[in-house]
Amino acid sequence: MLDVILRFAVILAVFLLLPLIIGQTEHKVMAHMQSRLGPMYAGGFHGWAQLIADGVKFAQKEDVIPAAADRRIFMIAPGVALVPYLVVLIVIPIDKNGFGVNLDLGLFFVLAVMGIGVLGSIMAGWASANKYSVLGGMRSAAQLMSYELPLVLAASSVAMAAGTLSLPGILDQWQWWWLPWQAIGGVVFFLAGLAELRRPPFDMPIAESEIIMGPMTEYTGMRFALFMLAEYAGIVVLSFLTTVLFLGGWHGPLLAGWIWTLIKVFLLAFLVIWMRVSFPRLREDQLQKLAWVGLVPLALVQLALTGVVKVLL
Amino acid sequence: MDSYYGNYALVAALLLIGVAIVAGALMANRLLRPTRPTAEKLTTYECGVDPVGDGWAQSQIRYYVFTYLYVVFAVDAVFLFPWATVFAAPGYGMTTLVEMFVFLGFIALGILYAWRKRVLTWT
Repeated sequence: MLDVILRFAVILAVFLLLPLIIGQTEHKVMAHMQSRLGPMYAGGFHGWAQLIADGVKFAQKEDVIPAAADRRIFMIAPGVALVPYLVVLIVIPIDKNGFGVNLDLGLFFVLAVMGIGVLGSIMAGWASANKYSVLGGMRSAAQLMSYELPLVLAASSVAMAAGTLSLPGILDQWQWWWLPWQAIGGVVFFLAGLAELRRPPFDMPIAESEIIMGPMTEYTGMRFALFMLAEYAGIVVLSFLTTVLFLGGWHGPLLAGWIWTLIKVFLLAFLVIWMRVSFPRLREDQLQKLAWVGLVPLALVQLALTGVVKVLL
Repeated sequence: MDSYYGNYALVAALLLIGVAIVAGALMANRLLRPTRPTAEKLTTYECGVDPVGDGWAQSQIRYYVFTYLYVVFAVDAVFLFPWATVFAAPGYGMTTLVEMFVFLGFIALGILYAWRKRVLTWT
């Protein structure tokens, strides 16, 4: 029992702290990449308390629910967007024995539950009774449809290589030469994951210059904060998954396993931020085309490669 | 707690904790926030201008075709997972590898068809 409580405490710490750290990193990294300072005031030293100040502000703000909105769905949508990312963390191994539970079909579970997060933004888009939000919600749905397939194919390539769906089991099988072997799948998985999180350059559903803030336009205060937290928790989950599936998770020389996992996760999170700063937003049809003409065929190539190498070696 | 159902009981427990976190955050918000709704405040924000017409306006959704594509491929992809765990087991090997290429061929054909039908290019 104590063991379970300890594991849950670690999961909650990862869920509540890492998104904040990544959010603060994003403020600063974006600022430096764009040659500006970013938040400097809150907390004194380089604005480290900016997100805490934001949280305090969000907690005190009035909760405005438009009269025209579909009230009940509008109210639960942020929860639907956030909670799946917490539940997914339970199967992700941080260290050799550092996971919540070892489900036999962990990989399948992860992909299934991650898909639910997107439902939150579709629900929000529909319930807001706002034309732009509906458009944003539809775009979220389209993006989920298009990018789920390369995501699933790339992930199943790793399952083929390891011969198991359990995430700790995959890491037990992992060898260093899987890095080049699964490299294509890794890139496909990471890009498709980014698209599912609706992060720039795949942020067509929330494109603020044309559809304001998409599904989140009508949200204020705490509910908006939950959506924001869901976005950063999504980055955490995606970075963890890519680390576990394609970068060998806790494998690494010298340092302890969980430190290696965190190093890889932070490198990937940095990459997420970097891509946001570097690339312009894709247009909706370019977005779809990238998935179907680019990522799906690449994922199929990876599947063929995995199968041939695995059977012939 | 290592049993099959024990594991999923833990997943359910974490789900409940997640719901509790969201509910707790919203409760804290309820205790701390002012509530002074006015008719004007409760109109839909949209883009800052007073909304015209109903929120659920009709619009043409061009990407419904992708939904069809997705359903076709996702059903295939689900079968990949149980197959992936056993395909290299002793006694399979070459046969399953050939099967895999048949599978990949089907998916590639589907995409090729969609591409020829010009689903993927719009103007």
